[in-house]
Amino acid sequence: MNNSSKNQHISRQFDDELENVLSEVLAMGGLVEQQLVNALKSLIDGDINLAKEVIDTEVEVNTYEVKIDQECTNILARRQPAASDLRLVTAVSKTITDLERVGDEAQKIAKRGQDLTEKHSGPRSYYISIKSMGNLVSSMLHDALDSFARMDSKSAFDVANKEPESDDQYSAILRQLITYMMEDARNISGALDAVWVVRALERIGDHARNICEYVIYLVEGKDVRHISLEQIEKEIINK
Amino acid sequence: MQQNKADDIIDNQESEIKAVSDSTDSTPTHAMNLSSIVNGHEQTRLEDENICITVNNFDLFYADKQALKDINMTIPEKKVTAFIGPSGCGKSTLLRCFNRMNDLIDSVSVTGEIRIQDQNIYDKTVNVADLRRRVGMVFQKPNPFPKSVYENVAYGLRIQGINDRRTIDAVVEKSLKGAALWDEVKDRLDDLAMGLSGGQQQRLVIARAIAIEPEIILLDEPASALDPISTLKIEELIYELKQNFTIVIVTHNMQQAARVSDYTAYMYLGELIEFSDTSTLFTNPNEQMTEDYITGRYG
Repeated sequence: MNNSSKNQHISRQFDDELENVLSEVLAMGGLVEQQLVNALKSLIDGDINLAKEVIDTEVEVNTYEVKIDQECTNILARRQPAASDLRLVTAVSKTITDLERVGDEAQKIAKRGQDLTEKHSGPRSYYISIKSMGNLVSSMLHDALDSFARMDSKSAFDVANKEPESDDQYSAILRQLITYMMEDARNISGALDAVWVVRALERIGDHARNICEYVIYLVEGKDVRHISLEQIEKEIINK
Repeated sequence: MQQNKADDIIDNQESEIKAVSDSTDSTPTHAMNLSSIVNGHEQTRLEDENICITVNNFDLFYADKQALKDINMTIPEKKVTAFIGPSGCGKSTLLRCFNRMNDLIDSVSVTGEIRIQDQNIYDKTVNVADLRRRVGMVFQKPNPFPKSVYENVAYGLRIQGINDRRTIDAVVEKSLKGAALWDEVKDRLDDLAMGLSGGQQQRLVIARAIAIEPEIILLDEPASALDPISTLKIEELIYELKQNFTIVIVTHNMQQAARVSDYTAYMYLGELIEFSDTSTLFTNPNEQMTEDYITGRYG
């Protein structure tokens, strides 16, 4: 599959640098994943303290982003990576941008959760749907990072394939929220906060799919952005 | 193998998540986490290093032509320092000053001082043969003696009067291993060194240099006569050698400097233009002249 993980470089220092940057991406991914899980938990349990923690974690995520980017720049300047090594460095540098945005979205969920808990007392029955969509999206993020760690384009495709499902859930929850708003105008401001939450989840699904596309690029050397899932599948099978 | 590696990474990741969720129990630990992220990065900073060579106000003349102009720099111990710059900038000349190879040229005169571990090597009391034992040198073209592989490495010991076969055997093996050559030549130690490939000859010469355990190894374009794979092997060897030796390398190939060195000096027309850690020099140099040279805009 990917040379950079199969064969060692003559320069072991180069190996160390690539491995180091990879494990940092995964550490950052783990942190963001945890942030998302906690954000959802803080929303559903109405846990204000947990929400604050999620918001504070942002600094740590940003530090990872800056540091990993710096290391990528260093590798480009000092090692002149080629072929799979070059794809690895560009994929890493794109992946961390998406991860950082997932962190931002998690932060938004936590903030809206705080508002919902503190200010609004409308119906909560749509929380079940949010929880279900949240679980789908977190598992997508988890599996995307997993396929990144294993450099497995097949499983990356399977994750990307779930993205339409998160879109469907997104529209279903929106319809549900619109019903609440039409029922009673006092529900509107709370429901709007909830709209922001599902919107954030939908974006996280997109970011997970992006990460999968980088994995496919890294492993197969094929740029599969902006094409349909059917086309991606063909690209992977036809290699 | 690959699967195991991925599993390791995932394990790390999971323990990382656990560590993070453990630490989120109390908010103040965030600050600690943050510093552990930042400090994980290996920072190379000249002011934190032990200094091996100090050059103070050093000038060098070939007859009345000045080749080095007021050089001031400190070279850190057990690190790789690279000199880069266009032809004729004085980088080889400066390198040769560190073991007084320039003494061999009659018209050379110097002012200023070069201190190695606090001893001015241009002091009249310095024994030049001793100095060259402490400061070994490897040249552009491999120059093995017309002797066997074994005798090439043993040569330095023999001229020091060491003749005990067992001692020499041990040193030869250790040096060849240190130069990453042992596995390739262990069955042909009695063959003529000239029969080795260029890359092997260069590693043999490095083995000969480290056999007498110098403090400093000077490398003058050590890989410029070699193919890319031998070059990478030499570079990997340089990385290994810095555990035990201070390395100073002159190279025309600035990518090589970027790959192997911890610190890089850019020289131009006999002057030291910029000297800093290699990452900074190659990603964000201070001087416009350095930037022009490393980005290929010079001249």
